[in-house]
Amino acid sequence: MNSGIPLEYYLIVATIMFFIGVYGFLTRRNLITILMSTELILNSVNINFLAFNRFLFPGKLDGHFFGLFVIAVAASEAAVAIAIIINIYRRFTSINVENVNELKY
Amino acid sequence: MEGREIMFAAFALVIIVFSALTVTSRRILRAAVSLLFVLIATAGLYFLLNYQFLAAVQLTLYAGGIVVLIIFSILLTSQISQKFEPIEWKKALFSALAAIAGAIVVITTILQHTFAADTAAAMEVNMHVIGKSLLGTGADGYVLPFEVISILLVAAMIGAIVIAKKGSPFKEEEKNK
Amino acid sequence: MADFGYTVWILIVPFVTFIVLGLFGMKLKARISGLTGTLGLAIVTVLSYATAFRYFLGAGLADGIYQKIIAFNSTWLTLTDRLHIDMGVLLDPISVMMLVVISTVSFMVHIYSLGYMKGEKGFERYYSFLSLFTFSMMGLVVATNIFQMYIFWELVGISSYLLIGFYYSRPSAVAASKKAFIVTRFADMGFLIGILILSFTTKTFDFVTLTDLNGPAITSTGGAVFLGMSVMTWSMILIFVGGAGKSAMFPLHIWLPDAMEGPTPVSALIHAATMVVAGVYLVARMFPVYYFAAPEALQIIAWVGAFSSLFAAVIAMTQTDIKRVLAYSTISQIGYMIFSLGVSGYGGHEGLGFMASNWHLFNHAMFKALLFLGAGSVIHAVHSNYMTEMGGLRKYLPITNITFLIACLTIAGLFPLSGFFSKDEILTAAFHHDKVLFAIEYLVAGLTAFYMFRLYFSIFHGHDRQYDHTPHESPATMTIPLIILAIGSVFSGLLPFNRLVTSDGAPFESHIEWSVAGPSLIIALTGIAIAWVMYRKENTLPDRLASTFKHSYKWAYNKFYIDELYLFITKKIIFRRISQPVAWFDRHIVDGTMNGIAWVTQTVSNRIKGLQSGQLQQYGFVFVTGAVALVLFFIYLIK
Repeated sequence: MNSGIPLEYYLIVATIMFFIGVYGFLTRRNLITILMSTELILNSVNINFLAFNRFLFPGKLDGHFFGLFVIAVAASEAAVAIAIIINIYRRFTSINVENVNELKY
Repeated sequence: MEGREIMFAAFALVIIVFSALTVTSRRILRAAVSLLFVLIATAGLYFLLNYQFLAAVQLTLYAGGIVVLIIFSILLTSQISQKFEPIEWKKALFSALAAIAGAIVVITTILQHTFAADTAAAMEVNMHVIGKSLLGTGADGYVLPFEVISILLVAAMIGAIVIAKKGSPFKEEEKNK
Repeated sequence: MADFGYTVWILIVPFVTFIVLGLFGMKLKARISGLTGTLGLAIVTVLSYATAFRYFLGAGLADGIYQKIIAFNSTWLTLTDRLHIDMGVLLDPISVMMLVVISTVSFMVHIYSLGYMKGEKGFERYYSFLSLFTFSMMGLVVATNIFQMYIFWELVGISSYLLIGFYYSRPSAVAASKKAFIVTRFADMGFLIGILILSFTTKTFDFVTLTDLNGPAITSTGGAVFLGMSVMTWSMILIFVGGAGKSAMFPLHIWLPDAMEGPTPVSALIHAATMVVAGVYLVARMFPVYYFAAPEALQIIAWVGAFSSLFAAVIAMTQTDIKRVLAYSTISQIGYMIFSLGVSGYGGHEGLGFMASNWHLFNHAMFKALLFLGAGSVIHAVHSNYMTEMGGLRKYLPITNITFLIACLTIAGLFPLSGFFSKDEILTAAFHHDKVLFAIEYLVAGLTAFYMFRLYFSIFHGHDRQYDHTPHESPATMTIPLIILAIGSVFSGLLPFNRLVTSDGAPFESHIEWSVAGPSLIIALTGIAIAWVMYRKENTLPDRLASTFKHSYKWAYNKFYIDELYLFITKKIIFRRISQPVAWFDRHIVDGTMNGIAWVTQTVSNRIKGLQSGQLQQYGFVFVTGAVALVLFFIYLIK
């Protein structure tokens, strides 16, 4: 039941959210805020999946379940990322992303 | 204007405004709370799309789980009282340019494309159907991804515990010597 | 053809002695190593004399002409099927004569050095080098082909370098040895180029083929012409340049006076009797080629020899270091030998110059070695080289006195000593060839007598000075060689060289031409008389003459500033104008290009490495930008 809201609107909202997340990922200095931007990105992708499922493939559930799995993956990834951040905090006593730069020339 | 359209407009506005706040806020706790609002609005969008189960899962896991997790980690890394310094403008400019360019490309593609709607009958998505599909082994069964996800969750759990454990393995060996 | 295969031992024995003394000399007692070296030379001398007797008294003759006998030959390096470098022993009149000369003088020097070098540090090294030198010189004279001669030529140069620089802690000795080696090496460059041109033209290195009258060297006519002279002439001139370097002809004479920094027996052996005559030997060896294929070269050779002998004689008149006087005297006498080859003809009596040159070589070896060893005896007694610090030594050194006197009379050319005969034959040959050259050499004969007796009187007569410690006569090991060499120089004039060593191997009749011999005796006696007046008793006549002719005296005393000229040319012209720009080019442009390439690589990599900054967000930015670009590319450019 879409009742009047075209598919493109959902997609555009998702796109804007996605690129705001990208901007945040590239700009923020704190590791946790980078993680939050990543969550924004994942969420926007989820909206996309569900919108496509509802509008283009109403008889199937592929997008629905894929969204479910994306949520599961995002949760576990956030957990592991937090663990890493805590470890980094122990090493550097700050979680500035500029500190984590030893894989370099 | 129908109620749905008003609700959609509201949710969309919340999403956009609060995600912008998340990435530009100078206090980390405010960013976390803005994220929370974004996630709730997203759940609202799911409701609009008639996916109630997923909306519930979103609220439970994302809004209730991940944001709490993030706030705990903020506490653990003593960041809660810090105010961020402003970002240097070159970095912000280039990142904004990249993001805007990407956005423009994608939006123009979306608008130019005509989406062919499938005119099959809409399926009623309720718990019964979801449960059957999730554990179904037939042509439209999703048991394999289900099992894979459970393995992934186990791995993530173990990984998170090992990484966040106090003391690296090497340091422990030195202590034991 | 008799079997002369044993002559290869003449080469092997000194080489083995060199190796043994070189490796084990320090472990043996000094006396043992000296005796080992001397014993080796004794064997060599016996073998050489035996060969000479057999060869000259019949074994070398075939149809009355002395043959070239290849006693031993082995192919060492094959370049093409016609061009190959051999190692071998060639016996013909001049090489057998040289065997006798070298072995005699070397043997005497070995015995003499037992006494002279006694107690010196490096005694064993000295004897090992002497053996090396003997080996090299023997190899040079018995060479069957010109390349073998070149190889031994260089070996002789090395031995000379090692022996001149024997007192290596003295900077002057080191400088002198370097100078000798560099000058002769420079001349050898010409020698090598000459060899290459010659062998390219005649397609062979072998002496027997080259000097064959019907062979490719002499009969090849119509060859290429370069700057007016044929290619053969150029190659023979270049070969002579090599010989002139070794024989210290002007302008390559500068190394020989400085080579007197070596021990005196070394000067006697190398720089008087053997190595310096290598150039003469080379021209004599290639004489048929010179005479038939490159007569202009012979003209040049004659003038170079004459000029060198005059030049050196003038300088010798003013020097005060007795070894330097003898060195310039050597240059002068070798000038005689070279000049004599230059004015010689070929065949029978025409080859008088050739015969006389070799006879003079033989005699000169004896008396010049005697003079040097005698000078060594004097230096040993007085501990000084300068005749200004000597005088009246006839009372203290009787044997040295008598033998030195005999040698001086011989070199002055008094009848019936050997020098008279050989010098007169040279003057006779010159007289019949070119009167101007004859006049120059005639004058030089007088100058020779004068400066030699100036030397003799200044040392043994002159001022009777008191010495700090009484000079004593040298020990027997030093005086016996003096006596033997004196006997040799007296009687070697009686050898019938005209029957033994001739330009074409055939004996010829020769007699003294008194129209030439008479005036030469007169000028020699005049020289002796002037020296008697000026130097026998101490007086002021030499100083007054020197101050009268102040300018000429200064020039002659300073050796006509030739050394300064060389230094100027090398430093200001070659180093500054040529070497330094080349070095600059090499350092800045060649090296600079290499460094530049490395610098470019490094700079580029320094700029690029910023891409791997380790900064997460930079990677993310590149990622996003790249992804957008790819999407655009695929949508709009690839439809």
